[in-house]
Amino acid sequence: MALLEIKNLHAEIEGQEILKGINLTVNAGEVHAIMGPNGSGKSTLCHVLGGRDGYEVTKGTITFDGHDLLEMETEERAIAGMLLGFQHPVEIPGVKNIYLLKEALNAKREAQGLDEVDTFTFMKQVRELVASMDMDDAFLHRGVNAGFSGGEKKRNEILQMLLLEPKLALLDETDSGLDIDALKVVSEGINRMRGAERGIILVTHYQRLLNYVEPDFVHVLYKGKIIKSGDKSLAHRLEAEGYQEILEEAS
Amino acid sequence: MTETQELEQLVKREYKYGFTTDIEQEIIPPGLDEDVVRMISAKKNEPEFMLDWRLSAFRHWQTMTEPEWAHVHYPKIDYQALSYYAAPKSQEELDADAPESLDDVDPKLLETYEKLGIPLHERAVLAGVKGANVAVDAVFDSVSVTTTFKDKLAEAGVIFCSFSEAVENHPELIKQYLGTVVPKGDNYFAALNSAVFSDGSFVYVPKGVKCPMELSTYFRINAKNTGQFERTLIIAEEGASVSYLEGCTAPQRDENQLHAAVVELVALDDAEIKYSTVQNWYPGDEEGKGGIFNFVTKRGDARGDRSKITWTQVEAGSAITWKYPSCILRGDDSVGEFYSVAVGNNYQQIDSGTKMIHLGKRTRSTIVSKGISAGQAENAYRGLVHIGKTASHARNFTQCDSLLIGDQCGAHTFPYVEAKNSTAQVEHEATTSKVSDDQMFYLRSRGLSEEDAMNMVVSGFCKDVFNELPMEFAVEAQALLAVSLEGSVG
Ligand SMILES: Nc1ncnc2c1ncn2[C@@H]1O[C@H](COP(=O)(O)OP(=O)(O)OP(=O)(O)O)[C@@H](O)[C@H]1O
Ligand SMILES: [Mg+2]
Repeated sequence: MALLEIKNLHAEIEGQEILKGINLTVNAGEVHAIMGPNGSGKSTLCHVLGGRDGYEVTKGTITFDGHDLLEMETEERAIAGMLLGFQHPVEIPGVKNIYLLKEALNAKREAQGLDEVDTFTFMKQVRELVASMDMDDAFLHRGVNAGFSGGEKKRNEILQMLLLEPKLALLDETDSGLDIDALKVVSEGINRMRGAERGIILVTHYQRLLNYVEPDFVHVLYKGKIIKSGDKSLAHRLEAEGYQEILEEAS
Repeated sequence: MTETQELEQLVKREYKYGFTTDIEQEIIPPGLDEDVVRMISAKKNEPEFMLDWRLSAFRHWQTMTEPEWAHVHYPKIDYQALSYYAAPKSQEELDADAPESLDDVDPKLLETYEKLGIPLHERAVLAGVKGANVAVDAVFDSVSVTTTFKDKLAEAGVIFCSFSEAVENHPELIKQYLGTVVPKGDNYFAALNSAVFSDGSFVYVPKGVKCPMELSTYFRINAKNTGQFERTLIIAEEGASVSYLEGCTAPQRDENQLHAAVVELVALDDAEIKYSTVQNWYPGDEEGKGGIFNFVTKRGDARGDRSKITWTQVEAGSAITWKYPSCILRGDDSVGEFYSVAVGNNYQQIDSGTKMIHLGKRTRSTIVSKGISAGQAENAYRGLVHIGKTASHARNFTQCDSLLIGDQCGAHTFPYVEAKNSTAQVEHEATTSKVSDDQMFYLRSRGLSEEDAMNMVVSGFCKDVFNELPMEFAVEAQALLAVSLEGSVG
């Protein structure tokens, strides 16, 4: 059984159709890259998968790990093992990063019938992860994303992913805005998540991320549809030629 | 359903303290005239000077009119329809004195406070349960039912007792300080309180003494159709310090009930008073029916040099809140602080803020106000920073933030600044924000329920104020906030 199966997905925002029949299957163990010009619907797809209000699915089905995803609330999807890494992580002033991490972990543990994580074990684990992301402990005690630089916000998303160990990570342009060193750190984080039991979807504009995290499949999303799929060579082709030729080919 | 509609559903609260205690009470008939004032004074066995003080307040009150400048609306109060004194009967039999020990207290009363989570058994407190190391004075309707840890405090020289006991046992202190911060004719509600106040708490911390524990008073309105008028007086002599907390709840009733309290604080040289309030009077139902009218005058006099007064308040209840805990910074280098979280939901109306009156040299004040509005609530911050001619090099910093939940509530700020001295430094920052769909989606996508997500955003918004609460109560305040914004998930 596929981890994620999207069939003929149509979705609209404020009455305007943005996704126009998406089909995509992600199996455990696979890494998929989704590319496509600005405004083609990549973030919209992520938000629909995350169950955001205001994004109305008008047609199609999505199953995730055996669940009918469209019947689930956002938090239920998270607890079932989906993690959305945001293109633009929002600031939540006054809420300490460490507090959110703990609450998120405990929400998941509670659903699994486990006790709350004990503070000592938790702190130890978080400190290790923070160090692996080349971040300073001070970030844990700052407000969630509050005043973080663009790159810091993205590292923070990966940090959350590493802690929550999702079955499916949906990373929307996690590589945008990263300097060269940060790109490496983030890529290493993603590679650590890679595993036989996990699926990863990377939304990206650039080959440079895919140099570090080699995808099994590459899809081109254009005007709300996947117009072409292939292996990692498709990304190389896009990098070399741009979208024009492939778009013409597809139409 | 849109996120906004869901948020609105989410903030529908349920009031957990709305039960009534079925206890025999002595309530005097409704109505207010000089005879009533005399009757109250007589019931308390008060000395002559107190009766005179009450009567002159009453006469003054009769010449005054109810203020209308606040950003609140309510039907006219019929002061003749209220009863001005209610006491649990068993209490009455004890000659209106506070009981000597808990054994004299009606078990039903103790039960009431247990239900509210306030332990009045010293043994329970000592056993290390919730509220450890906090001395409690419990005021039920018009009278104080018990004060815990009196002996331990007395060892340190601290007096902590009901106001009635203070009048009886320490009349010289009452004479010296009563009405020196909030004069009996200060404003309409303060004058009314001065005439008919029934009980309250009294704290006296002598020179050089750091009060060894947190002090707290829990006010409970129970009787129907009665007004509650308590009066609190806290005196910290030279170099003394004390931290005091008041909490309040009331049963759920369809009619509005009037609560008009007065609090006076006096801090002499180098003294420090920290006064924290967690106000959770019944706010009325979702349609705005019932609830407490909370018209309160609180003022601290930083009389001595280098003295410090801090007001911290979490205002979650009441149908109407009209309250401006203020500081008169009289001593040189004295400091005034005001930290406030005011939450309004459904049809609650809040007009609250502070006055910082700078008179001494190099006086400093800080105001941090966090207003949260949900439902159809109206939440106004009203603040005055006055820098007098004599207050050279005075400084004020004001931060005034509003958070809106949904789009039918209102937030207003009325900051006034009067600087009569050109060396003054006054800074004001204000923001208005909404709990955004982005924030809610972000947190929910991390596995938090809508309620938890909302509480997280709101408590993050209030963090600067919660940090100022005594440790024991910060948790309580956070929980109260969660309850206030609790409701069915859309
Ligand atoms: N709230 C909204 N109301 C109306 N249109 C919207 C809304 N949100 C997104 N859109 C539109 O949907 C389309 C797809 O947007 P989306 O953010 O999914 O693109 P994207 O592929 O992620 O682009 P980028 O590469 O720039 O991040 C765009 O045309 C955008 O303007
Ligand atoms: Mg995007």
